[in-house]
Amino acid sequence: MLREIRPAIVLLLVLTAITGLAYPLAMTGIAGAIFPAKAQGSLIERDGKVVGSALIGQEFKDDKYFHGRPSATLAPDPNDSTKTVSAPYNAANSGGSNLGPTSKALADRLKEDVDKLKAENPGAAVPVDLVTTSASGLDPDISPEAAQFQIPRVAKARNMPEDAVKQLVDSNVQGRLLGLLGEPRVNVLALNLALDRTAAK
Amino acid sequence: MTMIGWLQIILFCVIIVALTKPLGWYMTRVFNGERTFLSPVLRPIEAGIYWFSGVDEKREQHWMTYTVSMLLFHVGGFLIIYGVMRLQAVLPFNPAGQGAVAEDLSFNTAISFITNTNWQNYGGESTISYLVQMLGLTHQNFLSAATGIALAVALIRGFSRASARTVGNFWVDVTRCTLYVLLPICVVYTLFLVSQGMPQTLGDYVEATTLEGAKQTIAVGPVASQVAIKMLGTNGGGFFNANAAHPFENPTALSNFIQMLSIFALGAALTNVFGRMVGNQRQGWAILAVMGVLFVAGVAVTYWAEANGTSTMHALGLTGGNMEGKEVRFGIVASSLFAVITTAASCGAVNAMHDSFTALGGMIPLINMQLGEIIIGGVGAGLYGMLLFVVLAIFVAGLMVGRTPEYVGKKIEAREVKMAMLAILVLPLMYLGWTAVGVVYPAAVASMANAGPHGFTEVLYAYTSATGNNGSAFAGLTGNTLFYNLTLASAMFVGRFFMIVPAMAIAGSLAAKKSIPPSAGTFPTTGGLFVGLVVGVILIIGGLTFFPALALGPIVEHLAMNAGNVF
Repeated sequence: MLREIRPAIVLLLVLTAITGLAYPLAMTGIAGAIFPAKAQGSLIERDGKVVGSALIGQEFKDDKYFHGRPSATLAPDPNDSTKTVSAPYNAANSGGSNLGPTSKALADRLKEDVDKLKAENPGAAVPVDLVTTSASGLDPDISPEAAQFQIPRVAKARNMPEDAVKQLVDSNVQGRLLGLLGEPRVNVLALNLALDRTAAK
Repeated sequence: MTMIGWLQIILFCVIIVALTKPLGWYMTRVFNGERTFLSPVLRPIEAGIYWFSGVDEKREQHWMTYTVSMLLFHVGGFLIIYGVMRLQAVLPFNPAGQGAVAEDLSFNTAISFITNTNWQNYGGESTISYLVQMLGLTHQNFLSAATGIALAVALIRGFSRASARTVGNFWVDVTRCTLYVLLPICVVYTLFLVSQGMPQTLGDYVEATTLEGAKQTIAVGPVASQVAIKMLGTNGGGFFNANAAHPFENPTALSNFIQMLSIFALGAALTNVFGRMVGNQRQGWAILAVMGVLFVAGVAVTYWAEANGTSTMHALGLTGGNMEGKEVRFGIVASSLFAVITTAASCGAVNAMHDSFTALGGMIPLINMQLGEIIIGGVGAGLYGMLLFVVLAIFVAGLMVGRTPEYVGKKIEAREVKMAMLAILVLPLMYLGWTAVGVVYPAAVASMANAGPHGFTEVLYAYTSATGNNGSAFAGLTGNTLFYNLTLASAMFVGRFFMIVPAMAIAGSLAAKKSIPPSAGTFPTTGGLFVGLVVGVILIIGGLTFFPALALGPIVEHLAMNAGNVF
């Protein structure tokens, strides 16, 4: 048994150096050379400033922007570091609500949000993704239905014809990969950037 | 449920079956020490490592030496993780300035990663530095996976050898698995993941100013290199708190599909390695069939339950399924499928929050883990776990006809059956025992996030996941407390090593036996009858063990939900 001690130490250190340092550092170098923008986090710049990442959702509250899904992310309470406070789309602390199917807190929240959205667009059915929090709290996407639901509000706030907004929405819908994998979706940040560009013209 | 949804599920199953044979062929060559197409590059490195570490690759080990080597290897792995976590504040690659991780959390995480569990009581981006991610976690993702596969191969050798004293050399098996199987796949896989948008950088967290003028700090890091092995090695510990639901950790529908495939690929291939090594590939296919039956049944239930949604949602007129805690790009089907895969395979990565699943949708992941992580299972661990059930099933069949049972030419006798029972019974002792404590001890009760039966399920899920070395969670439970850090660590430790040692004892005992040729009275173990018998034994043993606990949690919650109750 004693002769197993040396490999237990030396082999462990060698394999640790290979898999824990050489491999991730080499991959960082290679990936950075082949896919520089993606390796850095697919950042989007406007007027020379980073406005976010194409893959990370951000909070929109203004009527003139399309809104993303509710987010359950938290941040440390500035007054008491042992507690947390709600901080939607905190991209430094991802997470979901973790409320279960028989949670009263979830039932109350759903009802409140559904009522609010029904008041905003009385004729249309409320899309489920617009009142449920995502798993990461950073979901960059909404369903095409959730985008269409918001067209009247955005058009009114921007004083644009609904048709023009609808066209933008349609051109931002991403379908399933090969018509099979994933779900149809609209990237909220990309859509809002496109809206701002149209308005600037 | 939709046609497109089912097509995605079928496509997944077809690709896994198609990968099983070629990967099994390659891995068999690797563990038999034969030449592979990578040998010209890797053989010199391999030989150098043996020379430097004092390993004689020709010298094989008795099962006890093999097991002790494995345990020694883990002591070192534990110390490395614990050390870098405690010291991360003064070590390099820490751009976010994370402070030292507390003793109990470091202890829990170190146990978690050496046991291939990867339970996350830490929030990746808010707690640990890039160095810990790489040197602590990525390295152990490789080595705990390689260990699991090595142990499975040792057990297979027990079946395939006759009158032998040894079952292989642990150091050689771990090194070859890491160099020839895990690393080459991960290099290619990492680049694919970055091409989908996964970050791979050592740079600072990004400060962005959103379109509405708010500040957003975006956590980045060397994500792709870790995620590749996290999936392939069925480790499952996320770079970020939200794991594979985080858009950086799973950016696209394609990255999601490939991640699902990579969770199952090696585990499925090992069934073929088994078949090849015992000289009849159909033995391997029969085991894969047992796994497949249980898997497809689980997928159907979870997909149905999630697509159906909850009573609360129906009352509000919301259609389209239960989207709470799910991402739009994956939707209902890819979230349900992922949840069943990750718990069948002891991976524990999640692309949706299991805590927010419907009662029945979330019960299937729980059952998958309670069955002992044998449906594909953790790399290696799944196969040796399944072989323990096979031993029992063969024993039951032998009792029925009054013959000494035999399997792939080996007599299954009292010692093997005792060891198999020991390994299988120790798991419920951990998850049922600790759950009983967790639901009455006040400090533990305070950790529940949901009230009513769902709170009970959170605790049951935590200990089941830890014991099964899965690592997924009903994440509402506040696990980062002294009580949970220590008790979950004990469940992970017992769940891993109290299964491994009996399995290795079986390997040693079988290897020493003579091989007997099949006769007219031998029960054929490649047909439908055998598959049905093993499935039956698994469901009976599993069902008797944990059905009462399920009745208190998800089953009563489902009934309460249909009655319109909330808590």
